[in-house]
Amino acid sequence: MTAHGKSWVLHGGVLALLFALFFVLPTYHSGQLSRIMVLAIYAMGFNILFGYTGLLSLGHAMFFAAGMYGFGLTVNLAGFPMPVAFLFAILVAAALALVAGGLALRTAGVSFMIVTLMFAQAAYLVVLYFGEYTRGDEGFVVAREGRMIAGIDLSTDAGRYFCAWVLFGVCFLALAKLIKLPFGKRLIAIRENEERARMLGYDTSRYKLMAFVTSGAVSGMAGATYGLLFGYVGASFAAVPYSIFPLLWVLLGGAGTTIGPLIGVFFMFYLIDISSGYTNAYMLIAGLVLVLLTLFAPQGLAGSLRQKVMPWLP
Amino acid sequence: MTVKKANTSSINRRTALLGMGASAGALASAGVLPGTMGFAQAQSSAPIKIGFQKHATGIGAAYGRWYGATTDAAVKRINDMGGINGRPVEIVTEDDGTDPGRGAEVLEKFANQHGCDIAFGTLFSHVVIGSAPRAAELKLPYFVVSEGHHVASGMLNRYTLQPGITDVKSQVISMAPFVAQNLGKKVTMIYPDFAFGHDHRDFFSEAIEAQGGEVVAKIAIPPTETSFTRYFPSIPRETEVIYHVMVGPAVLTFVKEMGEFFGPNRPELFGFIDSLEAVDIQSSGLEFLEGTYFWEGMPRHAQADQSAYDKTYRAAVGVDDRGASLADGADVSTFAHMFGCWETLNIIKKGMESAGYQGPHDRAKLIEAVEAMTDMPESEDHPQGAKRFNGKTHQTFGKQFISQVTDGKLVCVHTASIEDGLYEDEVDYTTQSF
Repeated sequence: MTAHGKSWVLHGGVLALLFALFFVLPTYHSGQLSRIMVLAIYAMGFNILFGYTGLLSLGHAMFFAAGMYGFGLTVNLAGFPMPVAFLFAILVAAALALVAGGLALRTAGVSFMIVTLMFAQAAYLVVLYFGEYTRGDEGFVVAREGRMIAGIDLSTDAGRYFCAWVLFGVCFLALAKLIKLPFGKRLIAIRENEERARMLGYDTSRYKLMAFVTSGAVSGMAGATYGLLFGYVGASFAAVPYSIFPLLWVLLGGAGTTIGPLIGVFFMFYLIDISSGYTNAYMLIAGLVLVLLTLFAPQGLAGSLRQKVMPWLP
Repeated sequence: MTVKKANTSSINRRTALLGMGASAGALASAGVLPGTMGFAQAQSSAPIKIGFQKHATGIGAAYGRWYGATTDAAVKRINDMGGINGRPVEIVTEDDGTDPGRGAEVLEKFANQHGCDIAFGTLFSHVVIGSAPRAAELKLPYFVVSEGHHVASGMLNRYTLQPGITDVKSQVISMAPFVAQNLGKKVTMIYPDFAFGHDHRDFFSEAIEAQGGEVVAKIAIPPTETSFTRYFPSIPRETEVIYHVMVGPAVLTFVKEMGEFFGPNRPELFGFIDSLEAVDIQSSGLEFLEGTYFWEGMPRHAQADQSAYDKTYRAAVGVDDRGASLADGADVSTFAHMFGCWETLNIIKKGMESAGYQGPHDRAKLIEAVEAMTDMPESEDHPQGAKRFNGKTHQTFGKQFISQVTDGKLVCVHTASIEDGLYEDEVDYTTQSF
């Protein structure tokens, strides 16, 4: 089988497995898996910029929150129908990414990281500043009618799971396709050697901005999905930890791999969930595991697989 | 013949089997069969599991630790008295990291993994609001000890109740008469620029105006601020009272810098003890607070007229007359809030007994039983004082205390009545279906 064929078998297999797991897993784990799929969408969005384009943003929480608030506020305050609010949320995140990216991409390296971090901090403070509408740090509950589509209640176990599965599947397959397109290959070229890509005639600034906007839009979609499926919108999702989490997930799972974000979120989620049952110092355990993985599997779990046994892994 | 035989036979194999099955079922339900009796016995003596959503880590950890100690003491007392409906109570603790995302996950864990009957114990408002939608979806009664107005405001749902602690709106409006009559009518408010501070700003502004006073300045401090000196010149000279509700690690700096700014010629100061929960009032740098006033949910320092209930409660939780741990005098408790865990657990016990609670299928009955509660007298179950529960808004009302710092001790100078803190209903949760 060709590498292309193997890739589609892998992606199809993962989606089929996730579909089937709903019917065999206990309720608690299927519930958590729906959350993992939503956060994996966020990690995939981050991966477009970090894993494939080589740009390390420390401010992606602003896009996640832009999607979340773009959805929640329009449902609660403007009474938008759910699909309209959802699309609006993605547009808001994309627009924010266009502005933030347009400015941040004038810098590079450490400066880029700091500028994105500052943008995210500013976005977090904006959420608090407009507390009259956002309810500041407390956040708010998304209206029940905003969590229905075509008579399907997305707050039920099955509704939530399969909505997460569909949206995850769309992003998962789209990302797999994206990196095979000339656009994706150019992003990888920029990651590998931006000078050479520019010398070959590519407008790298334009491609980086396109990657930034795509990444922001996907992250925003994840935020909107979280608000939609779990019914809560809050400022803690705009805070610094939510800019660091996708970095950890992608590093853990394998930067620049399509399957890596899902593996990273899954691994990190259950590491915390299980270790918190034994000690309050569960973040210390998570930190130790991350250090060990960085030492012994610097390419992440999927990256190591690609390096050793599955060279065709996209 | 065969047909006739089949039709005329009053008992064939199928009906016999059905009959035996039905009889066995009836006997089983009546607990007559020995094997079934063993099951019924096991079921009736199985512990009632209460999921304790604990702020073990994160910004709420100091509260979480003392909420945990109070919960353990309350459950020990309940079990020593025979448990609930003859069944022991078991606390299942999960750390929510004082994070709303994790909070919702913890509720799922309680309902779907640990098989808890109810969830309980959350303090921080954002964790309550982030978790409450999942509580309703999981149909898990969720008893919070948060003091936020989010329950009574109608933002949440029928599965979320706050029967053991008053809310911030009630606390604030019951303070306004004392401030206006004793400290002054021109008030400058200094508050953190997020929802907790905004609640104080809005509720107190309205309440002091009703008392003929006015807020002459509202100074919002950004949550990231670490130094406050530059804000103090904004305080108008006409200010008679400064109302402050700063919270978090910068509080000590706030008080110290305010003392340096005003020196001995300060206006009256009125604050909420939330600022100094788990902090020794005699800590270095807090000398400036001598003579100032604080709201307290329950007096941290044992008063001259200490009730027997207060004494019993302190002994059970392991807290001395200064509100510090009996094991370590430097470990000051979150005394003004943690009584809410004690009282909430006693209300849960009463509600379960009233509802004849047997298991998760009786959760709706439990909520209805709690909704039916009204007056709760001061007692060992309610050592903070009498309560009046409003079943429609799922919110309790109670006494509030104003203490003055006198020789490094919080001395209660005024007690606001239940009536002082009442306000119009903003929701009727009983109209929502289960």
